[in-house]
Amino acid sequence: MSPVIAIVFKDIVIEMRSKESVSSMLMFGVLVLTIFSFAFEPSSIERSLIAPGTLWVAFSFAAILGLNRSLAMEIDNDCLQGLLLAPVDRGNLYIGKVASNFTFMIIAEVIVLPIFVIFNNLKFNLQFLEIAGIAVLGTLAIAAIGSILSTISANTRMKEVMLPVLQIPLTVPVVIASVEATSMVLSGDTKGISSWLYLLAGFSIVYLTVSYLVFEFVVEE
Amino acid sequence: MRSKILGILVLVLMIANLYMIFIFAPNEATMGVIQRIFYFHLPFGISSYLSAYLLGFASVMYLIKHDLKWDRLGASAGEMGILFTSMSIMSGALWAKPVWGIWWTWDARLTLQFLLGLIFLSYLMLRAYLPEREKKAALGGVFGVLAMVDVPFNYLSIRWWRTQHPQPVILGGGLDSDMWRVMIVSFCAFAVLYAYLLDRRMAIARVEEEVEYLEHAILAHD
Repeated sequence: MSPVIAIVFKDIVIEMRSKESVSSMLMFGVLVLTIFSFAFEPSSIERSLIAPGTLWVAFSFAAILGLNRSLAMEIDNDCLQGLLLAPVDRGNLYIGKVASNFTFMIIAEVIVLPIFVIFNNLKFNLQFLEIAGIAVLGTLAIAAIGSILSTISANTRMKEVMLPVLQIPLTVPVVIASVEATSMVLSGDTKGISSWLYLLAGFSIVYLTVSYLVFEFVVEE
Repeated sequence: MRSKILGILVLVLMIANLYMIFIFAPNEATMGVIQRIFYFHLPFGISSYLSAYLLGFASVMYLIKHDLKWDRLGASAGEMGILFTSMSIMSGALWAKPVWGIWWTWDARLTLQFLLGLIFLSYLMLRAYLPEREKKAALGGVFGVLAMVDVPFNYLSIRWWRTQHPQPVILGGGLDSDMWRVMIVSFCAFAVLYAYLLDRRMAIARVEEEVEYLEHAILAHD
């Protein structure tokens, strides 16, 4: 079994038993959607303008929660130490963490997205699939940068606070691109959407490559 | 010796600069006296970009060479960055209030500058919360590289985002030749000031490191 698959498998088994990461992300995502319904007048015309924003606030903050959880799990019983002792390339460790974080985020989003659609009276049609596609691209970008930043923040005092401080400024392009693409799909005017999708894909590719290369500096003793 | 020369040079140039800005420079036709803020604002902005380049360069160099000298440069550049981004934003807001009638707008340039400030801030916060010297350098270096990679994406996304909503243009036509002269003096003065501050900050970083080392040595001896 290749090391990347082994790490993903291990994380999935742990998650199946504890159900901590997905459930907390899911709960948080639904709560964000709920609180936004109170913060802005529901059923008003502006509602459709802010809907993409609320969705991505929910996704990106829930992702931070999940990332914190995934690293806390490794730190708690010195599991990270064990992973580092394994004769595995450091870059593969990173790719494995990205894959498992991405999987959990997607599972949570698969449930949050229909709730979003129902709350905003959208339809389960092609539009819904398009938004799901954007969510996959955006989530991959967030997982790519989040996995390395959460490992960095795990070294600091106040780990849970440090991750959002590091991650939010760097994920601004992802949030802008995803929100713009989502609102284009919702408004039906998809002219120029491809440049946003290219930006999301480019962001993921660049960060996956750079992080793969520098990850060994993060975990070295 | 080097810092003394730089210090004296800064003093002389700054006095000349203030003379140029407040007495020599002609009044701008439409904006009047307020336009003089511009002679501070532009050097502040350029210094903040310079800090970003220095931070990125120092981070890459540290990861390659593992020499703490590069980490000191990165940390100093980060602090200079937060200093100059905030000064450029503040001077810009002071200028914008009478000219545009607002302190702030989510214009591409302003947003980018604000974001640059946030990135410097998170870099410095990360360093502040890391316990060991080597960890500080290595993780600071990695974050510096990640932040540097982020800059072009930020630039692209914010440009595209804002081009849909046209905003007031910051600079219209060309500058008057007298104004150019003032601008050049101001650039020289702030360039030397930057070099002086960076030199001093790196010297302090060296001393800090020595103190930390001595503290450890004493604790280990007890």
